Amino acid sequence: MTVGLFVPCYVDQFYPGVAIATLELLERFGCTVGVPLKQTCCGQPMANAGFASSTEGCNRNFIDNFSTYDYIVSPSGSCVLHVKEHLHEGRRHGEAEHIRRHIYEITEFLTDVLGVSDLKASFPHRVGLHVSCHGQRGLHLSSMSERVEPPFSKAESLLRQVKGLEVVHAARPDECCGFGGTFCVTEEAVSARMGTDRLAEHQDNGVEYITGGDMSCLMHLEGLLKRQKSRVKVIHIAEILNAQ
Amino acid sequence: MMPIVKEHSPAAEQFLQDAKRARWHDETLWFVRAKRDKAAHSLPGWEALREQASRIKAHTLSRLDDYLVEFETRAQENGVRVHWAVDGEEHNRIVHALLKANGVKAVVKSKSMLTEECGLNHYLRDKGIEVVDTDLGEYIVQLREEQPSHIVLPAIHLKKEEVSATFHQHLHTEKGNNDATYLTRAARKVLRDKFLSADAAITGVNFAVAQTGGIVVCTNEGNADMGVHAAKLHIASMGIEKIIPKASHLGVFLRLLARSATGQPITTYSSHFHRPAPGQQLHVVLVDNGRTRQLAREEFRNSLKCIRCGACFNTCPVYRRSGGHSYHNSVAGPIGSILAPNGDMRANADLPFASTLCGSCTHVCPVKINIHEQLWTWRQILMKEGLAPASKKIGIRLMAGVLSSPALYRMGGKMARWVLHVAPSMAKNRLNPWFKQREMPEAPKESFIEWYQKRGKNGK
Repeated sequence: MTVGLFVPCYVDQFYPGVAIATLELLERFGCTVGVPLKQTCCGQPMANAGFASSTEGCNRNFIDNFSTYDYIVSPSGSCVLHVKEHLHEGRRHGEAEHIRRHIYEITEFLTDVLGVSDLKASFPHRVGLHVSCHGQRGLHLSSMSERVEPPFSKAESLLRQVKGLEVVHAARPDECCGFGGTFCVTEEAVSARMGTDRLAEHQDNGVEYITGGDMSCLMHLEGLLKRQKSRVKVIHIAEILNAQ
Repeated sequence: MMPIVKEHSPAAEQFLQDAKRARWHDETLWFVRAKRDKAAHSLPGWEALREQASRIKAHTLSRLDDYLVEFETRAQENGVRVHWAVDGEEHNRIVHALLKANGVKAVVKSKSMLTEECGLNHYLRDKGIEVVDTDLGEYIVQLREEQPSHIVLPAIHLKKEEVSATFHQHLHTEKGNNDATYLTRAARKVLRDKFLSADAAITGVNFAVAQTGGIVVCTNEGNADMGVHAAKLHIASMGIEKIIPKASHLGVFLRLLARSATGQPITTYSSHFHRPAPGQQLHVVLVDNGRTRQLAREEFRNSLKCIRCGACFNTCPVYRRSGGHSYHNSVAGPIGSILAPNGDMRANADLPFASTLCGSCTHVCPVKINIHEQLWTWRQILMKEGLAPASKKIGIRLMAGVLSSPALYRMGGKMARWVLHVAPSMAKNRLNPWFKQREMPEAPKESFIEWYQKRGKNGK
């Protein structure tokens, strides 16, 4: 099974550790992982800003880089959702469809495709789980509080395999953190307030770390935490699942 | 009504300046959302009911013309007079003509977002007719000459101290008496007189049944009934999307409406009007006002399924933290943000961007409107229409160019990280909205791809 590792652009540039953890996890569970060196961005920032029409170049480049892999895996629910919903390229219909059908977020891939039941990871800390919206409501990686459905969470089923880790939930278990792409700057006041409110619930729980499946949400929360000079840290879920 | 034209983002920033009040607003509405969750979970087959409601509405919208004509025929057979208004202006003219013909000087009106949309109150006031909103929340905002900030809870932006001050000013209640029961009784006393002295009652319509020609009005205060029973003239204004095919469908919608709105099993009053009482006139005004245009926009057609429960307001983390007035539209919140651009794209171009696209609205919606997807689609249309500031267009074009080219992307990323190292003030300044309340992420020496290439050279 060949897996193409899709590293979101801001993870590549600012959080290489998240990509390294994802790569190591996939390799540890027997995947032949390729990292296309010419990958850039899925185009989501432009599309969500109303310029999906400007993403042709990104789409073409994405297909060039990833169409030959059996699966495409990424440590981001948001970017994966964007590709699943919006990767289209006029003449390369088949390749785009292959990618849309075979792209997975990392926790989804570990649970649904690899069926990992023993992570052999250890992270002896009290950890608050931030549920990122696009993974949850878009990819349905966990049940959501709006719907009447049996509770489940792919992230949590993995975190429960991590030795010493204690998962703690926020009082409002799945409210948005307020990152929202360009929203975080165009609606700065609301965005920061949403993030501060999310943090307060985790801080009330006395967590040491806040984790989640999307580094973008965590980057926003980290920015707020650092400004507060808080001791709480953010950590991507892949880094916890890969912690020995 | 003249909305204050203002952009959502600065209006929201202003709303958040009073942090304590903003927190209260957020917590109050979240409490309503939690009540809704409890109600949804206690009703077996909730998700199936949503699906059924959504399909009934989809079917109805696909044959809207037929059902409207069927409704008109049945209603006329029952002695109801039916009027058609192409827009808000015509609606107001029809209502005024009816009032004038009957020599009406004073009107009581129960909750109707449609008449807000049409600006009826101001229109009638200019013609010398007194209109009193009889829903308590609407009465409060009317006294203050404000717009409702929420379609179900019109005065949710106000605290009881402010209501007390407003009542003191207009109703001469005791100064500083903030007791909710005292204030409610004072309003009730004034409103009783208004009910008894009004010459006409205007109501909204929650559901109009094509099969029977009847209309259903839902209130918690019974104010629609009190107005209608006391007046000789009842005018019911409805948007054409309020139609449902059969009376049996009410069993689906009435169960969803109040649970979604407030967590109640049903509204206190679900009043059915089929024909005028002896000696009374009953008129129904069917209003288009852009609805057929929205119907023709395939990707937004579903927005006409809305039953105005307000659940998307209560769940929206942005609405809760920005208040209804920041949406400068008669219907605020997520649903307002997909309805408003249909009416006026330019004036409402900011609204589809007042969202993180978290999707909570879509999943809370009792008729399964894909609200967050429609917000996304509106963004595409608004930008194609050229309704973006020039700076944004240039920025996006630059971003698209860099991200389409692997070489430019590598170089750009490297440069950005280098700048953050050597000249952090380039990013860490007050002109950067990110930095206002957040620190910048730390820039690592090498990107993941650079690390990976080195690892390859080191033989893995």
